[in-house]
Amino acid sequence: MALVEIRDVHKTFGKVEVLKGVSLDVEEGEIVTIIGRSGSGKSTLLRCINALESVDSGEIRVEGERVHAKMPDLKKFRQRVGIVFQAFNLFPHLKVERNVTLAPLLTGRTDKARARALAEDVLARVGLADKIDAWPEQLSGGQQQRVAIARCLAMAPHLMLFDEVTSALDPELVGEVLKVMEAMAKQGMTMILVTHEMGFARNVANRIVFMHQGRVWEQGPPAKLFASPETPELASFIASAK
Amino acid sequence: MNFLPLWRYQNQLIDGAIVTLELTVISAVCGLLIGVAGAVALNGRITPLRWLVRGYIELFRNTPSLIQLFIVFFVLPNFGLKLPAFEAAAVALSLYFGAYSVEIVRAGLDSIPRNQVEAGQCLGLSGWQVFRHIVLPPALRNAYPAVTSQFVLLLLGTSLASQVATDELFHVAGFIESRTYRSFEVYAVICVIYFAMAMSFKALFAIIGAAAFRWPRRR
Repeated sequence: MALVEIRDVHKTFGKVEVLKGVSLDVEEGEIVTIIGRSGSGKSTLLRCINALESVDSGEIRVEGERVHAKMPDLKKFRQRVGIVFQAFNLFPHLKVERNVTLAPLLTGRTDKARARALAEDVLARVGLADKIDAWPEQLSGGQQQRVAIARCLAMAPHLMLFDEVTSALDPELVGEVLKVMEAMAKQGMTMILVTHEMGFARNVANRIVFMHQGRVWEQGPPAKLFASPETPELASFIASAK
Repeated sequence: MNFLPLWRYQNQLIDGAIVTLELTVISAVCGLLIGVAGAVALNGRITPLRWLVRGYIELFRNTPSLIQLFIVFFVLPNFGLKLPAFEAAAVALSLYFGAYSVEIVRAGLDSIPRNQVEAGQCLGLSGWQVFRHIVLPPALRNAYPAVTSQFVLLLLGTSLASQVATDELFHVAGFIESRTYRSFEVYAVICVIYFAMAMSFKALFAIIGAAAFRWPRRR
């Protein structure tokens, strides 16, 4: 059984059908990168996987459990699936430590005595142990995004989703975030990424999924996909992304 | 002009000022609670409740506060709810302050970006936890300046309670005036007292605000 099973998912916003029958499996430990033009439905698909959006038809299963907005243990489910956003979404009124430990404390994953150590541990994993007492506003974009990743890691998720996490960053800050993600990949974290970073997709991902017009247009290992795309749409996308 | 005849009434003036402060603080706290609850209801999904809150806001913001007080003090007893003057004034002023607070707090809640809520949900927090820990603190910060200026209006508005014979500052002034016939002097003195109280609260709120909202503003 795949960790994530997506079967014939359709999703419409108003009159626009964003997902037109998407099917996709992601195995445990796999790094899957979703690429495609804006409007191809990649972010929507990602948001459906943790029930931020509900699907109109078809189904998504994570660890065998069917995902939808009204699932009875939605909160427990989301504790197992971390998501990192383009805009970081750190809580501006909480220091870095509290940003990281808020959810573990409120959901009973940790207690006050151990929270500090948990924050130190996950911040060390993103290389920001020294920023534990900083306010989010005092950090650079790249640092904020790494704290956002640490905040997810503190929940020890089984699956991590990354929604264009480097798109809002200055070019010189992209590398530090990608490095953290690469380290997570090496440690065996299952990851689904929507990204425009072709270098990262090529070097770290096990599989590339090219979405086009609300469908999975083409997929395969990065080496094969980049070297010899089968569809003209992917070929032109690769050419334009260079 | 002669302020000397007022000197022997200093204890009454102090007591009146204390009653004014009590009335202000009680009404402000109750009104703010109404404000938070009303704002949540207005943003909520229960349509009849939204209408109810909307009706309450419009009613209390578009009628004279004095009449609201009269209704609480003179009319409610006919329906079995008989309140002493101070309590009636506190109820009327709480409702009055609450009606303004709802809109202020709601503007504060609306100022919090949707993605903050999503970030909280995605960490597995409950709706209440997201509201309490993620939405409310920055919302209150954004609402804080408007709440504090509304608070000063409330402080000055407590003078209405004199009309149902609550022993607050304005009522005490009327009493002293009737004894001394020193109208100008009496009202000049309580004006200074009101002014001093208002300015003190402003200073106090600045200190409280600086202590409560320590995180840096978004650049």
